[in-house]
Amino acid sequence: MREVAIIGAGITKFGEHWKKSLREIFVESALMAIKDAGVDHIDSMYVGCMSGGLFVAQEHLGAFLADYLGQSSIPAVRVESACASGGSALRMGFIEVASGLSDIVLVGGVEKMTDAEDVTFALATAAEQEYEVFHGITFPGLYALIANAYMKKYGLTREQLAMVAVKNHKHGSLNPYAQFQSEITIETVLNSTLVADPLRLMDCSPVTDGAACVILCPLELAKKYTDTPVKIIGSGMATDTIALHSRKDITSLKAVSLSAERAYKMAGIKPEDIDLAEVHDCFTIAEIIITEELGFVEKGKGGILVEKGETSLGGRIPVNTSGGLKAKGHPVGATGVAQAVEIFYQLQGRADKRQVKNASIGLTQNMGGSGASSVVHIMEVA
Amino acid sequence: MIGICGYGSYLPRFRIKADTIAKQWGMDPESIKKGLLLYEKTVPNLDEDTITIAVESAKNALKRAGINPSEIGSVYVGSESHPYVVKPTGTVVAEALGITPDVHIADFEFACKAGTEAMFVAYSQVKAGVCKYALAIGADTSQGAPGDPLEYSASAGGSAFIFGLDKIVAEVIETYSFSTDTPDFWRREHEFYPKHGGRFTGEQAYFRHIISAGKEIMKRAGLTAKDIDYAVFHMPNGKFPQQAAKSLGFDLKQIEPGWIVPWMGNTYSGSSPTGLSATLDIAKPGQKIMLVSFGSGAGSDAFIFRVTERIEEVRDLAPKVRDMLDGKKIYVDYGTYAKLRGKIIV
Amino acid sequence: MSVPKYWREIPQRYRLEAGKCKKCGYIAFPPRHICPECKSEEFETIRLSDKGKIISYTIIRVPPKNFSFQAPYPVAIIELDGGGRITAQITDASPEEVEIGARVRIVLRKIQEEGKDGIICYGYKAVLEE
Repeated sequence: MREVAIIGAGITKFGEHWKKSLREIFVESALMAIKDAGVDHIDSMYVGCMSGGLFVAQEHLGAFLADYLGQSSIPAVRVESACASGGSALRMGFIEVASGLSDIVLVGGVEKMTDAEDVTFALATAAEQEYEVFHGITFPGLYALIANAYMKKYGLTREQLAMVAVKNHKHGSLNPYAQFQSEITIETVLNSTLVADPLRLMDCSPVTDGAACVILCPLELAKKYTDTPVKIIGSGMATDTIALHSRKDITSLKAVSLSAERAYKMAGIKPEDIDLAEVHDCFTIAEIIITEELGFVEKGKGGILVEKGETSLGGRIPVNTSGGLKAKGHPVGATGVAQAVEIFYQLQGRADKRQVKNASIGLTQNMGGSGASSVVHIMEVA
Repeated sequence: MIGICGYGSYLPRFRIKADTIAKQWGMDPESIKKGLLLYEKTVPNLDEDTITIAVESAKNALKRAGINPSEIGSVYVGSESHPYVVKPTGTVVAEALGITPDVHIADFEFACKAGTEAMFVAYSQVKAGVCKYALAIGADTSQGAPGDPLEYSASAGGSAFIFGLDKIVAEVIETYSFSTDTPDFWRREHEFYPKHGGRFTGEQAYFRHIISAGKEIMKRAGLTAKDIDYAVFHMPNGKFPQQAAKSLGFDLKQIEPGWIVPWMGNTYSGSSPTGLSATLDIAKPGQKIMLVSFGSGAGSDAFIFRVTERIEEVRDLAPKVRDMLDGKKIYVDYGTYAKLRGKIIV
Repeated sequence: MSVPKYWREIPQRYRLEAGKCKKCGYIAFPPRHICPECKSEEFETIRLSDKGKIISYTIIRVPPKNFSFQAPYPVAIIELDGGGRITAQITDASPEEVEIGARVRIVLRKIQEEGKDGIICYGYKAVLEE
């Protein structure tokens, strides 16, 4: 397998884009990435999108977006793993370059959620339809089931949970692409509306429109395009049971630890070697558990990790310097690629006010549903 | 011997007090309670309906019958609040209990006597040798228009009886049915609430049919009120069954075990069947029970049962009516009641 | 509500019919073709117990469309006696009464209906043991 590098990135501001359509925000981010990389052609394209069909009644996104990008004729395909669609698209692009089949691959992620008539219904398709959704459970509900069991088992407090949102809003306030750029306090979180006990509105990532793209090429060609390419040194993916009630332990996310293990193995590194990470904080409890599954802290101590500030900018292992899904926003299919864009900017030293000093190895972790899919990528300054 | 081999009931846990309804409409609670002898009634939860009530009642009946559900050859459900106008209640019940597909199913309706009607036909199926066991259920989630006197009584609940040739707990000694065309209480298609003839529903409807049926069945069985231990009558309110009892020569003690309407309300097709269930909960082997239902339109089904020894073995295998009346209860205010009964137009 | 999709799962919805792996005893609810534990393809049909305990629960306060008037309602992961886990609503109980570890009994209730003219979907819910 050849070594693969990211040579350019593009991202729209995340938020409610009433005036722009799905194809417009995708093309905006794709052109930004193409110009950033300085490539004059694309060989192949992967688009991560959870459901163009349910959000905007548009499937066939590979052909559709290649067309609007002015690249009609290139092989182009939509990749889907619910909220892990973006990370999965990145993995597909990585494999195509690594295998030698293509040289310049565009990996994009996009979601246009505000066009939908029933966002909740569309998102619920990531869970088990007949045995979870049929009974009236929602996504905040599924994560609340996880949170309640976790809090009872490990003594995590409501305040520690809130700290994840507070931290991510702090980071988001430093990110010009984030949907929310205002800081919040623990009180803000604890006073927000209850959605599914114990989770409140401020524990949940928002509904967002957005798109993000990266350009991949083999490492041996990268220097042609940029002086600061970023290598993808590891890619790992894993799945778990679709229904939360089928998991052996609902306070763990096995797909996360397994996908990370596979990525660490490919990269030949350990969790201690990671300088910063972008993880899937769809709900505050998710980030707590993910930091444990990625090996940043032992099981049950995720709350203490965030409370001590170890995952804040300036801490031992900054998590979600972009603001995470909570503050940056979560246009479902775009998230996995947006995480890669953030790590790319950080490793290139372009993260501006939220720059992690001496960032050399970064990790992205993108998750689908209630943890049924997880994709981890590890990047290193080339 | 042919008779009931398993019986069971189900009452929803929600309740509303007569006081609460009276206060809502500016009526005097004390005169309502004294006049109708109704204190509180059952209210179905948002997720309950005649089908779910029928299934729970039947499960309790199966516990007492101790038979394999697949041996049941007929399933009849009587109600005036079948959830669908077209699509049977009985098929859902039979499927839920594991009785399908070798079974004859029919839904019955005849105002408040649809339950005993189902019992009548179930008994007849067994008697005719069509099937070994037949299940009859009377269940309702009845409605009373806001502000109408019916609001104090229209409640939800049901009872189920499995008729068979063996494992009998109550043998059928006699049956009789008295029917005429008497339009005392009706509901037209597409109308949400029923209408009634006020005081006409008393003498010419309820009393005429119950007393005629009661007199004739006792005559055919060669029995008087003194020979029968307990009587259960349809209970639209607390007063009517007491008057019916007196007219037929029964004293109030004889109707007491089945006289549950002051705390249950009128469960329509489940009314006298649940009264029978409550009586079976306490009756001793050898004792006789007379059941006379009433359905507007109008008609009365009458049965006389003799309780057997087996009742002592199976009585405790399922919840008793008293347990359900006195167990966990959730009282609601009028607003919640209106929401639960779909009285608020959305 | 897709009628065939609802109807197909009726044995599970009404009677908790599951598959038990003949080789390793794994309980599949709903039934499956292949055992995720031992990969055997031989199952026997069983019915899950109608009694169990709450593993975790939440109170849904922002419901999906078909459940608008029911909120707030408790939903729990229930482990049934003898094996099998389900996700189901706890009914006839206020949010304060529900707790992890509580014993429950399964009952048949209306789960949802699509407006006034769609089919009524029945299925399993749980009530707290008294």
